Amino acid sequence: MAVQTSTAAPMAASPNRSLAQHVSGYFRRLAGGELGALPAVAGLLVLCLIFTALRPVFPSARNFANLFTQGAQISIIAMGLVFVLLLGEIDLSAGFASGVCAAVLAELLTNWHWPWYLAILTALVTGVVIGLVLGTLVAKVRIPSFVVTLAAFLAFQGVALLMLKNGANISVSDPVVNAIENKNLPVWLSWVLLVAVVVGYLAVQLLRVRSRAARGLGTDPLSLIAIKTGGIAVLGGLAVYFLNIERSFNPLRVSLRGVPIVVPLILLLLVVWSFILSRTGYGRHIYAVGGNREAARRAGINVDRIRISAFVICSGMAAIGGIVAASRANSVDPNTGGSNILLYAVGAAVIGGTSLFGGKGRVLDAVLGGAVVAVIDNGMGLMGYSAGTKYVVTGIVLLAAAGIDALSRRRAAASGLR
Amino acid sequence: MTTPLLELHGINKSFGAVHVLRDVDFTVYAGEVTALVGDNGAGKSTLVKCVGGIYPYDSGEYVFDGHPVHVHSPREAGALGVEIVYQDLALCDNLDIVQNMFLGRERRSGLILDEPTMEQMAAQTLDRLSVRTVASVRQQVASLSGGQRQTVAIAKAVLWNSRLVILDEPTAALGVAQTAQVLELVRQLADNGLAVVLISHNMNDVFAVADRIAALYLGRMAAQVKASDITHSQIVELITAGRSGDIGLAPAHASTAADIDLDEVD
Repeated sequence: MAVQTSTAAPMAASPNRSLAQHVSGYFRRLAGGELGALPAVAGLLVLCLIFTALRPVFPSARNFANLFTQGAQISIIAMGLVFVLLLGEIDLSAGFASGVCAAVLAELLTNWHWPWYLAILTALVTGVVIGLVLGTLVAKVRIPSFVVTLAAFLAFQGVALLMLKNGANISVSDPVVNAIENKNLPVWLSWVLLVAVVVGYLAVQLLRVRSRAARGLGTDPLSLIAIKTGGIAVLGGLAVYFLNIERSFNPLRVSLRGVPIVVPLILLLLVVWSFILSRTGYGRHIYAVGGNREAARRAGINVDRIRISAFVICSGMAAIGGIVAASRANSVDPNTGGSNILLYAVGAAVIGGTSLFGGKGRVLDAVLGGAVVAVIDNGMGLMGYSAGTKYVVTGIVLLAAAGIDALSRRRAAASGLR
Repeated sequence: MTTPLLELHGINKSFGAVHVLRDVDFTVYAGEVTALVGDNGAGKSTLVKCVGGIYPYDSGEYVFDGHPVHVHSPREAGALGVEIVYQDLALCDNLDIVQNMFLGRERRSGLILDEPTMEQMAAQTLDRLSVRTVASVRQQVASLSGGQRQTVAIAKAVLWNSRLVILDEPTAALGVAQTAQVLELVRQLADNGLAVVLISHNMNDVFAVADRIAALYLGRMAAQVKASDITHSQIVELITAGRSGDIGLAPAHASTAADIDLDEVD
């Protein structure tokens, strides 16, 4: 059989694309059912406009800061859930796992008088151990994750009750733990943080362009990078500006301004997990196992270890969420991490664009979705709706997000993208 | 005659009570396409999986490039230079071409993935195989056609300076034009000096590219012959009866010619 020898020019690895091509490519992906973060961003804008129109207090500096502290626990748990969802699994116990870890923290701090760092470390270890157990049951014993974590959901609810002596709450008075949700960065440090984020983002993008261009590979146009960086600078600048406005009722007695300490914590977690997911071999393997477990196994990836590790990350992040929750309330009760926390967290990840079917999602999704959930919760609270209405709306929002996920998946299948 | 790249002697493999491979000998030469044929359940896939380290074999000798070796995992097979392209291709739809080609063997610089190097190597490999059908190596595999996927899977296998590439029914799901493309690629692999094992049910494909043909019959190697020394109908006999004239299994293991009506099975 004749074999054609290649005489044509080598195939372009990935051609340079102009800004216009990027924009048209984005719209093509949207039309093809790959919605990405659009529902979350659009939802966030619409919700903010509606609540601003209905309740003028919504866009106030004080309430703006509340959004961050209220959404923190959900966003953090959701970030961990992304890893489990990427594998096409679910962790229904993440909420109460965070409650149990918070109870461990409070017990050690208040009743055992441990120093804060040891108590926090032990709470984190508790989360990791929970994840190890859940992950092992799912990956090695092969019980469906839905059942394992549903059982854990019930059991941890009981563990929290037992630890807290049937419903008593333990107060947390450790200043370091309480500072996470209740103290702010100084005004100057808030601006420094913003500059660091913007410069860091720009530097990473430019370094990437340089290393790719040096090898003759296609690069993003500088105009696109400029627009993205500018967007981060403007949005971040507005946020820092609002957070730096005095929000104390009586500024003479106590001043309340600056970025809440939990915000850099979330940013740090976001950057670290995003880096791991998109730039390391481990992250690549998570996507591979979620996309095609058999293919991953044949590629020599230790699928069981990947699956266990995802549950460890999820429960570990739930522990951090629990610490944040304890900090916010200055106490821990059996409902810390209970009620709608878990559904909010799953909703946050899914609203942000993480697929319940596995293989698709980013850590950023969890934060964007977490913002949407926080805005809904906060806005409805301001409107004075009852807890009943809140539950109904939460359920509908979660269903809507899962519906968008399923429909866009179908759309993508029809357009050959999946 | 040159030493074969791969020599298997007396390979046995059972799944519980089912004895799937019985004393199988199998020889593959570099620079040649060896077709592995056999009816459904003859043990082709099992044999290939033993070669690739997916299944441990129960007994037998595995000689690679003149050296006896033990292969217990896909990684060890990969280290020898053995690559298998499965019928279901084993690609991740949610990853792009580069990510799929390097799956499980990502290039790293320190902690992070070395994307530029991987992209370059992937593009060079596709280029070496004269692949012109994909627009960008950063395309998601989900958006590729069947032939393009097959191409990516084969390119993935040869990326690793591999020495033995095993293709499990690469043309089974393809149209006429795409089949021709893939067969051309298969021939090119052998012409580049690789040893290629082609599993196929399609005798036209087999005779189009194969230098040697090995026929399995109910877990035994019925015959391994040069493609030029055998006819189409003889191969069909070997596949269906384990024996054709002088070639094939001893009569005790083969079914008698009277059992088989050739017109029906062809």
